[in-house]
Amino acid sequence: MTKQNMWVAGFVAPLMIAILLLCAGSPNVMASNNDKASAATAAVKIDNFVFGPQTLTVPVGTTVTWTNSDDIPHTSVSTEGVFKSKVLDTDEKFSYTFTKAGTYPYYCTIHPKMTGTVVVQ
Amino acid sequence: MPDKKQDLIDQSLQDLNNDGVDRRGFLKCMAWAGTGLVWTMSGGIPVSRAFAKSGGKGSDNDAGKGADFSFVQISDSHIGFSKPANPDVTATLQTAINKINAMPHTPDFIIHTGDLSQLSKPSEFDTLDQVLKGASAKQIYFVPGEHDMLSDNGEQFLQRYGKGTKGTGWSSFDHKGVHFVGLVNVANLKAGGMGSLGHEQLEWLEDDLKGRSASTPIVLFAHIPLWTIYPDWGWGTDDSEQALSYVKRFGSVTVLNGHIHQIMQKVEGKVSFHTAMSTAFPQPAPGTAPSAGPMKVPAEQLQQVLGITDVNYVVSGRSLAIVDSPLAG
Repeated sequence: MTKQNMWVAGFVAPLMIAILLLCAGSPNVMASNNDKASAATAAVKIDNFVFGPQTLTVPVGTTVTWTNSDDIPHTSVSTEGVFKSKVLDTDEKFSYTFTKAGTYPYYCTIHPKMTGTVVVQ
Repeated sequence: MPDKKQDLIDQSLQDLNNDGVDRRGFLKCMAWAGTGLVWTMSGGIPVSRAFAKSGGKGSDNDAGKGADFSFVQISDSHIGFSKPANPDVTATLQTAINKINAMPHTPDFIIHTGDLSQLSKPSEFDTLDQVLKGASAKQIYFVPGEHDMLSDNGEQFLQRYGKGTKGTGWSSFDHKGVHFVGLVNVANLKAGGMGSLGHEQLEWLEDDLKGRSASTPIVLFAHIPLWTIYPDWGWGTDDSEQALSYVKRFGSVTVLNGHIHQIMQKVEGKVSFHTAMSTAFPQPAPGTAPSAGPMKVPAEQLQQVLGITDVNYVVSGRSLAIVDSPLAG
Protein backbone atom coordinates (compact mmCIF):
# COMPACT_ATOMS: atom_id res chain seq x y z
CA MET A 1 0.00 0.00 0.00
CA THR A 2 1.44 3.36 -1.00
CA LYS A 3 1.49 6.25 1.37
CA GLN A 4 -1.23 7.97 -0.65
CA ASN A 5 -3.51 4.93 -0.55
CA MET A 6 -3.10 4.66 3.18
CA TRP A 7 -4.19 8.29 3.50
CA VAL A 8 -7.30 7.55 1.49
CA ALA A 9 -8.15 4.48 3.53
CA GLY A 10 -7.43 6.07 6.87
CA PHE A 11 -9.02 9.48 6.45
CA VAL A 12 -10.98 10.14 3.31
CA ALA A 13 -12.88 6.85 3.23
CA PRO A 14 -14.28 7.06 6.77
CA LEU A 15 -15.29 10.64 6.08
CA MET A 16 -17.12 9.58 2.95
CA ILE A 17 -18.84 6.76 4.80
CA ALA A 18 -19.89 9.15 7.52
CA ILE A 19 -21.40 11.52 4.97
CA LEU A 20 -23.15 8.67 3.22
CA LEU A 21 -24.56 7.36 6.48
CA LEU A 22 -25.89 10.78 7.41
CA CYS A 23 -27.58 11.17 4.07
CA ALA A 24 -28.98 7.66 3.98
CA GLY A 25 -30.67 8.13 7.34
CA SER A 26 -32.34 11.35 6.26
CA PRO A 27 -34.18 11.12 2.98
CA ASN A 28 -35.65 14.59 3.42
CA VAL A 29 -32.31 16.25 3.64
CA MET A 30 -30.66 17.68 0.58
CA ALA A 31 -27.00 17.96 1.47
CA SER A 32 -24.42 19.13 -0.98
CA ASN A 33 -21.54 16.67 -1.15
CA ASN A 34 -19.07 18.83 -2.98
CA ASP A 35 -19.34 21.94 -0.86
CA LYS A 36 -18.41 21.49 2.77
CA ALA A 37 -19.63 25.02 3.65
CA SER A 38 -23.23 24.55 2.51
CA ALA A 39 -25.41 23.38 5.36
CA ALA A 40 -28.14 20.80 5.05
CA THR A 41 -31.68 22.03 4.56
CA ALA A 42 -35.09 20.45 4.89
CA ALA A 43 -38.61 21.63 4.25
CA VAL A 44 -41.95 21.38 6.01
CA LYS A 45 -44.97 22.34 4.00
CA ILE A 46 -48.07 23.64 5.75
CA ASP A 47 -50.99 22.58 3.64
CA ASN A 48 -54.65 22.07 4.52
CA PHE A 49 -53.96 22.63 8.20
CA VAL A 50 -51.33 19.88 8.27
CA PHE A 51 -47.54 20.00 8.77
CA GLY A 52 -45.94 17.75 6.17
CA PRO A 53 -44.09 15.58 6.87
CA GLN A 54 -45.56 15.35 10.33
CA THR A 55 -42.29 13.90 11.64
CA LEU A 56 -39.12 15.13 10.02
CA THR A 57 -35.76 13.52 10.82
CA VAL A 58 -32.63 15.55 10.08
CA PRO A 59 -28.96 15.61 11.07
CA VAL A 60 -27.58 18.17 13.49
CA GLY A 61 -26.95 21.48 11.76
CA THR A 62 -29.91 21.24 9.40
CA THR A 63 -31.93 24.33 8.65
CA VAL A 64 -35.63 23.51 8.45
CA THR A 65 -37.90 25.86 6.55
CA TRP A 66 -41.67 25.93 7.05
CA THR A 67 -43.79 27.35 4.22
CA ASN A 68 -47.47 28.16 4.66
CA SER A 69 -49.46 27.15 1.59
CA ASP A 70 -52.88 27.80 3.16
CA ASP A 71 -55.18 30.79 2.73
CA ILE A 72 -55.21 31.05 6.52
CA PRO A 73 -52.29 32.15 8.71
CA HIS A 74 -50.40 29.60 10.77
CA THR A 75 -47.44 29.52 13.13
CA SER A 76 -44.75 26.99 13.90
CA VAL A 77 -43.91 27.14 17.58
CA SER A 78 -41.82 24.75 19.64
CA THR A 79 -43.87 23.21 22.44
CA GLU A 80 -40.80 23.57 24.67
CA GLY A 81 -39.97 27.12 23.72
CA VAL A 82 -37.00 26.29 21.50
CA PHE A 83 -38.20 28.18 18.42
CA LYS A 84 -41.12 30.39 17.54
CA SER A 85 -42.15 31.69 14.14
CA LYS A 86 -43.98 34.91 13.57
CA VAL A 87 -47.44 34.57 12.09
CA LEU A 88 -47.01 33.10 8.62
CA ASP A 89 -49.51 34.38 6.10
CA THR A 90 -49.97 32.65 2.75
CA ASP A 91 -46.61 31.68 1.17
CA GLU A 92 -44.59 33.11 4.03
CA LYS A 93 -41.67 31.10 5.40
CA PHE A 94 -39.92 30.51 8.69
CA SER A 95 -36.52 28.84 9.11
CA TYR A 96 -34.73 27.46 12.13
CA THR A 97 -31.34 25.74 12.32
CA PHE A 98 -31.17 22.78 14.67
CA THR A 99 -27.74 22.70 16.33
CA LYS A 100 -28.45 20.06 18.97
CA ALA A 101 -29.67 16.50 18.69
CA GLY A 102 -33.07 15.85 20.18
CA THR A 103 -36.79 15.60 19.56
CA TYR A 104 -38.56 18.88 18.97
CA PRO A 105 -42.36 18.82 19.09
CA TYR A 106 -44.06 21.93 17.73
CA TYR A 107 -47.54 23.19 16.90
CA CYS A 108 -49.54 25.99 15.35
CA THR A 109 -50.55 28.33 18.17
CA ILE A 110 -53.53 29.52 16.11
CA HIS A 111 -54.78 26.02 15.34
CA PRO A 112 -53.32 23.88 18.14
CA LYS A 113 -54.68 20.67 16.64
CA MET A 114 -51.89 21.08 14.10
CA THR A 115 -48.80 19.43 15.53
CA GLY A 116 -45.49 18.14 14.18
CA THR A 117 -42.11 16.90 15.32
CA VAL A 118 -38.54 17.46 14.17
CA VAL A 119 -36.13 14.72 15.20
CA VAL A 120 -32.50 15.88 15.10
CA GLN A 121 -29.86 13.15 15.12
CA MET B 1 -84.73 9.88 -2.95
CA PRO B 2 -82.59 12.90 -3.22
CA ASP B 3 -84.63 15.29 -1.16
CA LYS B 4 -86.33 13.07 1.34
CA LYS B 5 -83.96 13.79 4.18
CA GLN B 6 -83.91 17.44 3.38
CA ASP B 7 -87.68 17.53 3.34
CA LEU B 8 -87.88 15.92 6.74
CA ILE B 9 -85.41 18.37 8.04
CA ASP B 10 -87.21 21.29 6.54
CA GLN B 11 -90.39 20.01 8.04
CA SER B 12 -88.99 19.68 11.52
CA LEU B 13 -87.28 23.01 11.33
CA GLN B 14 -90.50 24.58 10.27
CA ASP B 15 -92.27 22.95 13.19
CA LEU B 16 -89.57 24.04 15.54
CA ASN B 17 -89.61 27.54 14.31
CA ASN B 18 -93.35 27.72 14.36
CA ASP B 19 -92.98 31.29 13.32
CA GLY B 20 -94.64 31.24 9.95
CA VAL B 21 -91.29 31.47 8.23
CA ASP B 22 -90.61 28.77 5.74
CA ARG B 23 -87.03 27.66 6.15
CA ARG B 24 -86.63 26.50 2.61
CA GLY B 25 -87.82 29.89 1.52
CA PHE B 26 -85.05 31.40 3.52
CA LEU B 27 -82.46 29.04 2.19
CA LYS B 28 -83.50 29.79 -1.33
CA CYS B 29 -83.14 33.49 -1.01
CA MET B 30 -80.19 33.76 1.27
CA ALA B 31 -76.80 34.95 0.22
CA TRP B 32 -73.61 33.56 1.60
CA ALA B 33 -72.16 36.74 2.88
CA GLY B 34 -73.27 39.79 4.71
CA THR B 35 -75.27 37.84 7.20
CA GLY B 36 -76.18 38.34 10.78
CA LEU B 37 -78.86 37.49 13.23
CA VAL B 38 -81.47 39.40 15.08
CA TRP B 39 -82.12 38.19 18.57
CA THR B 40 -85.26 39.16 20.37
CA MET B 41 -85.80 38.54 24.03
CA SER B 42 -89.42 37.83 24.76
CA GLY B 43 -90.30 36.83 28.29
CA GLY B 44 -86.69 35.82 28.82
CA ILE B 45 -86.69 33.47 25.87
CA PRO B 46 -84.28 34.46 23.11
CA VAL B 47 -85.58 33.99 19.62
CA SER B 48 -83.52 34.66 16.55
CA ARG B 49 -84.49 35.51 13.04
CA ALA B 50 -82.67 36.44 9.95
CA PHE B 51 -82.40 40.07 9.13
CA ALA B 52 -85.02 40.62 6.57
CA LYS B 53 -84.72 41.17 2.95
CA SER B 54 -86.62 44.40 3.01
CA GLY B 55 -90.31 43.59 2.92
CA GLY B 56 -89.38 40.00 2.28
CA LYS B 57 -91.25 36.80 2.82
CA GLY B 58 -92.10 35.67 6.28
CA SER B 59 -92.77 39.00 8.00
CA ASP B 60 -89.20 39.18 9.12
CA ASN B 61 -89.62 42.83 9.78
CA ASP B 62 -91.73 41.96 12.77
CA ALA B 63 -88.63 40.78 14.54
CA GLY B 64 -88.82 43.40 17.24
CA LYS B 65 -92.57 43.37 17.76
CA GLY B 66 -93.76 42.26 21.16
CA ALA B 67 -90.21 41.64 22.26
CA ASP B 68 -88.61 43.03 25.34
CA PHE B 69 -85.55 43.90 23.34
CA SER B 70 -83.44 42.67 20.49
CA PHE B 71 -79.77 42.42 19.70
CA VAL B 72 -77.74 41.30 16.73
CA GLN B 73 -74.89 38.81 16.54
CA ILE B 74 -72.28 39.14 13.82
CA SER B 75 -69.10 37.12 13.58
CA ASP B 76 -65.88 36.33 11.76
CA SER B 77 -65.43 39.50 9.72
CA HIS B 78 -61.76 38.67 8.98
CA ILE B 79 -61.00 42.20 7.80
CA GLY B 80 -57.77 41.96 5.77
CA PHE B 81 -58.62 38.63 4.15
CA SER B 82 -58.44 38.97 0.37
CA LYS B 83 -58.24 35.43 -1.00
CA PRO B 84 -60.57 34.01 -3.67
CA ALA B 85 -63.18 32.87 -1.14
CA ASN B 86 -64.00 36.58 -0.75
CA PRO B 87 -61.73 39.30 -2.15
CA ASP B 88 -63.73 42.06 -0.44
CA VAL B 89 -64.61 41.21 3.13
CA THR B 90 -65.04 44.89 4.01
CA ALA B 91 -67.89 45.17 1.53
CA THR B 92 -69.70 42.13 2.92
CA LEU B 93 -69.33 43.43 6.46
CA GLN B 94 -70.80 46.68 5.22
CA THR B 95 -73.71 44.70 3.76
CA ALA B 96 -74.31 43.15 7.16
CA ILE B 97 -74.29 46.55 8.82
CA ASN B 98 -76.66 47.92 6.19
CA LYS B 99 -79.03 45.08 7.00
CA ILE B 100 -78.90 45.91 10.68
CA ASN B 101 -79.56 49.55 9.91
CA ALA B 102 -82.53 48.65 7.73
CA MET B 103 -84.27 46.86 10.58
CA PRO B 104 -87.46 48.59 11.68
CA HIS B 105 -86.43 48.29 15.32
CA THR B 106 -82.94 49.35 16.20
CA PRO B 107 -81.33 46.54 18.17
CA ASP B 108 -80.19 47.49 21.65
CA PHE B 109 -76.68 46.35 20.86
CA ILE B 110 -74.50 44.18 18.66
CA ILE B 111 -72.34 41.27 19.75
CA HIS B 112 -69.32 40.42 17.61
CA THR B 113 -68.15 36.90 18.36
CA GLY B 114 -64.57 37.28 17.19
CA ASP B 115 -62.15 37.14 14.30
CA LEU B 116 -62.66 40.81 13.65
CA SER B 117 -59.39 40.84 11.71
CA GLN B 118 -57.41 38.41 9.62
CA LEU B 119 -53.93 39.18 10.99
CA SER B 120 -54.47 41.45 14.02
CA LYS B 121 -53.08 44.38 12.04
CA PRO B 122 -53.87 47.90 13.27
CA SER B 123 -55.04 48.82 9.75
CA GLU B 124 -57.49 45.92 9.79
CA PHE B 125 -58.95 46.98 13.12
CA ASP B 126 -59.13 50.55 11.79
CA THR B 127 -61.16 49.40 8.79
CA LEU B 128 -63.47 47.39 11.00
CA ASP B 129 -64.02 50.41 13.24
CA GLN B 130 -64.87 52.55 10.23
CA VAL B 131 -67.56 50.14 9.08
CA LEU B 132 -69.00 49.50 12.54
CA LYS B 133 -69.17 53.23 13.18
CA GLY B 134 -72.04 53.30 10.70
CA ALA B 135 -74.15 50.82 12.63
CA SER B 136 -77.45 52.02 14.05
CA ALA B 137 -76.72 50.22 17.30
CA LYS B 138 -73.96 52.12 19.01
CA GLN B 139 -73.17 49.62 21.72
CA ILE B 140 -71.05 46.72 20.45
CA TYR B 141 -69.64 43.96 22.63
CA PHE B 142 -66.65 41.98 21.41
CA VAL B 143 -64.85 38.79 22.25
CA PRO B 144 -61.61 38.00 20.43
CA GLY B 145 -61.10 35.24 17.92
CA GLU B 146 -57.71 33.60 17.45
CA HIS B 147 -57.04 35.93 14.50
CA ASP B 148 -57.34 38.94 16.81
CA MET B 149 -54.49 37.95 19.11
CA LEU B 150 -51.90 36.75 16.66
CA SER B 151 -48.72 38.60 17.39
CA ASP B 152 -49.15 40.45 20.67
CA ASN B 153 -51.16 38.07 22.87
CA GLY B 154 -54.19 40.20 22.22
CA GLU B 155 -52.81 43.42 23.73
CA GLN B 156 -54.10 45.54 20.89
CA PHE B 157 -57.49 43.85 20.95
CA LEU B 158 -57.82 44.56 24.66
CA GLN B 159 -56.89 48.19 24.19
CA ARG B 160 -59.38 48.71 21.41
CA TYR B 161 -62.29 46.44 22.28
CA GLY B 162 -61.76 45.06 25.76
CA LYS B 163 -61.67 48.08 28.02
CA GLY B 164 -62.88 47.15 31.46
CA THR B 165 -62.74 43.43 30.78
CA LYS B 166 -60.87 40.88 32.86
CA GLY B 167 -57.92 38.68 31.92
CA THR B 168 -57.67 38.22 28.17
CA GLY B 169 -60.99 39.99 27.58
CA TRP B 170 -63.80 38.27 29.44
CA SER B 171 -66.62 40.23 31.05
CA SER B 172 -70.30 40.19 31.87
CA PHE B 173 -73.14 42.66 31.83
CA ASP B 174 -76.85 42.79 32.52
CA HIS B 175 -79.37 44.05 30.06
CA LYS B 176 -83.05 44.29 30.88
CA GLY B 177 -82.99 41.32 33.19
CA VAL B 178 -80.79 39.14 31.03
CA HIS B 179 -77.24 38.32 32.13
CA PHE B 180 -74.69 38.28 29.31
CA VAL B 181 -71.23 36.77 29.66
CA GLY B 182 -68.50 37.18 27.05
CA LEU B 183 -65.83 34.48 27.32
CA VAL B 184 -62.40 34.15 25.70
CA ASN B 185 -61.43 30.66 24.54
CA VAL B 186 -58.69 31.54 22.04
CA ALA B 187 -55.84 32.51 24.39
CA ASN B 188 -52.94 30.32 25.49
CA LEU B 189 -53.99 27.36 23.40
CA LYS B 190 -52.16 24.11 24.11
CA ALA B 191 -50.56 21.88 21.49
CA GLY B 192 -52.96 19.21 20.33
CA GLY B 193 -55.91 20.87 22.04
CA MET B 194 -59.01 22.80 21.01
CA GLY B 195 -60.31 26.07 22.41
CA SER B 196 -59.55 26.73 26.05
CA LEU B 197 -61.03 28.94 28.76
CA GLY B 198 -58.42 28.24 31.41
CA HIS B 199 -58.60 27.93 35.15
CA GLU B 200 -58.61 31.64 35.96
CA GLN B 201 -61.50 32.44 33.67
CA LEU B 202 -63.51 29.45 34.86
CA GLU B 203 -63.10 30.58 38.46
CA TRP B 204 -64.22 34.04 37.49
CA LEU B 205 -67.25 32.63 35.66
CA GLU B 206 -68.31 30.51 38.62
CA ASP B 207 -68.06 33.55 40.83
CA ASP B 208 -69.86 35.77 38.32
CA LEU B 209 -72.87 33.45 38.21
CA LYS B 210 -72.96 32.69 41.89
CA GLY B 211 -75.88 34.26 43.73
CA ARG B 212 -77.89 34.96 40.59
CA SER B 213 -81.46 33.75 40.54
CA ALA B 214 -81.99 30.55 38.54
CA SER B 215 -84.74 32.35 36.65
CA THR B 216 -82.29 34.88 35.19
CA PRO B 217 -81.89 34.19 31.47
CA ILE B 218 -78.20 33.66 30.72
CA VAL B 219 -76.46 34.33 27.41
CA LEU B 220 -72.90 33.08 27.05
CA PHE B 221 -70.92 34.17 24.00
CA ALA B 222 -67.43 33.19 22.88
CA HIS B 223 -65.58 32.75 19.59
CA ILE B 224 -64.94 29.00 19.40
CA PRO B 225 -68.00 26.83 20.02
CA LEU B 226 -68.51 25.87 23.66
CA TRP B 227 -69.76 22.49 22.53
CA THR B 228 -67.76 19.91 20.65
CA ILE B 229 -68.72 20.04 17.00
CA TYR B 230 -65.72 18.46 15.29
CA PRO B 231 -62.60 17.73 17.35
CA ASP B 232 -60.47 16.88 14.31
CA TRP B 233 -60.70 20.51 13.24
CA GLY B 234 -60.50 21.83 16.77
CA TRP B 235 -64.15 22.90 16.69
CA GLY B 236 -64.81 22.77 20.38
CA THR B 237 -63.48 23.95 23.73
CA ASP B 238 -61.53 21.56 25.93
CA ASP B 239 -62.86 22.84 29.25
CA SER B 240 -66.32 23.97 28.15
CA GLU B 241 -68.04 21.30 30.25
CA GLN B 242 -66.74 22.94 33.36
CA ALA B 243 -68.18 26.27 32.24
CA LEU B 244 -71.51 24.69 31.34
CA SER B 245 -71.75 23.00 34.73
CA TYR B 246 -72.02 26.47 36.25
CA VAL B 247 -75.10 27.35 34.17
CA LYS B 248 -76.97 24.07 34.66
CA ARG B 249 -79.22 25.44 37.39
CA PHE B 250 -80.50 28.28 35.22
CA GLY B 251 -83.82 27.97 33.45
CA SER B 252 -82.76 29.54 30.16
CA VAL B 253 -79.24 29.46 28.80
CA THR B 254 -78.23 30.51 25.32
CA VAL B 255 -74.72 29.95 23.98
CA LEU B 256 -73.65 32.01 20.96
CA ASN B 257 -70.46 31.21 19.07
CA GLY B 258 -68.73 31.87 15.76
CA HIS B 259 -65.47 30.43 14.38
CA ILE B 260 -66.93 27.73 12.14
CA HIS B 261 -68.54 30.12 9.61
CA GLN B 262 -71.79 28.23 9.39
CA ILE B 263 -74.97 27.79 11.35
CA MET B 264 -75.23 24.90 13.74
CA GLN B 265 -77.45 24.50 16.71
CA LYS B 266 -78.45 22.05 19.35
CA VAL B 267 -80.43 22.01 22.54
CA GLU B 268 -79.25 20.16 25.60
CA GLY B 269 -81.56 20.43 28.58
CA LYS B 270 -82.19 24.10 29.06
CA VAL B 271 -79.12 25.13 27.12
CA SER B 272 -79.43 26.21 23.49
CA PHE B 273 -76.23 26.25 21.48
CA HIS B 274 -75.87 28.21 18.33
CA THR B 275 -73.10 29.19 15.91
CA ALA B 276 -73.35 32.12 13.53
CA MET B 277 -72.31 32.55 9.95
CA SER B 278 -69.31 34.64 9.03
CA THR B 279 -69.63 38.01 7.36
CA ALA B 280 -66.52 37.14 5.34
CA PHE B 281 -66.35 33.64 3.88
CA PRO B 282 -67.86 30.20 4.39
CA GLN B 283 -66.11 27.15 5.71
CA PRO B 284 -66.92 23.55 4.85
CA ALA B 285 -69.20 21.35 6.87
CA PRO B 286 -67.29 19.15 9.31
CA GLY B 287 -65.32 16.44 7.57
CA THR B 288 -66.48 17.35 4.06
CA ALA B 289 -63.13 18.86 3.02
CA PRO B 290 -59.46 18.15 3.71
CA SER B 291 -59.40 21.10 6.08
CA ALA B 292 -61.49 23.87 7.60
CA GLY B 293 -59.99 26.51 5.29
CA PRO B 294 -62.01 29.13 3.42
CA MET B 295 -64.43 27.60 0.96
CA LYS B 296 -64.82 29.11 -2.47
CA VAL B 297 -68.23 28.24 -3.83
CA PRO B 298 -70.90 29.87 -5.93
CA ALA B 299 -73.67 31.30 -3.77
CA GLU B 300 -76.23 28.73 -4.91
CA GLN B 301 -74.08 25.80 -3.89
CA LEU B 302 -73.30 27.34 -0.60
CA GLN B 303 -76.95 27.65 0.22
CA GLN B 304 -77.35 23.93 -0.21
CA VAL B 305 -74.42 23.08 1.99
CA LEU B 306 -75.58 25.35 4.74
CA GLY B 307 -79.03 23.87 4.65
CA ILE B 308 -77.75 20.34 5.02
CA THR B 309 -75.27 21.21 7.73
CA ASP B 310 -77.91 22.96 9.73
CA VAL B 311 -80.12 19.94 9.74
CA ASN B 312 -77.66 17.48 11.14
CA TYR B 313 -77.35 19.30 14.38
CA VAL B 314 -80.96 20.13 15.00
CA VAL B 315 -82.61 18.29 17.85
CA SER B 316 -86.13 17.61 16.74
CA GLY B 317 -89.18 16.97 18.83
CA ARG B 318 -88.76 19.86 21.20
CA SER B 319 -89.39 23.51 21.05
CA LEU B 320 -86.19 25.34 20.28
CA ALA B 321 -85.61 28.56 22.01
CA ILE B 322 -83.50 29.82 19.18
CA VAL B 323 -83.66 29.44 15.45
CA ASP B 324 -81.72 31.37 12.89
CA SER B 325 -81.29 31.78 9.17
CA PRO B 326 -78.89 33.65 6.99
CA LEU B 327 -80.32 36.52 5.09
CA ALA B 328 -80.59 37.52 1.51
CA GLY B 329 -78.28 40.08 0.08
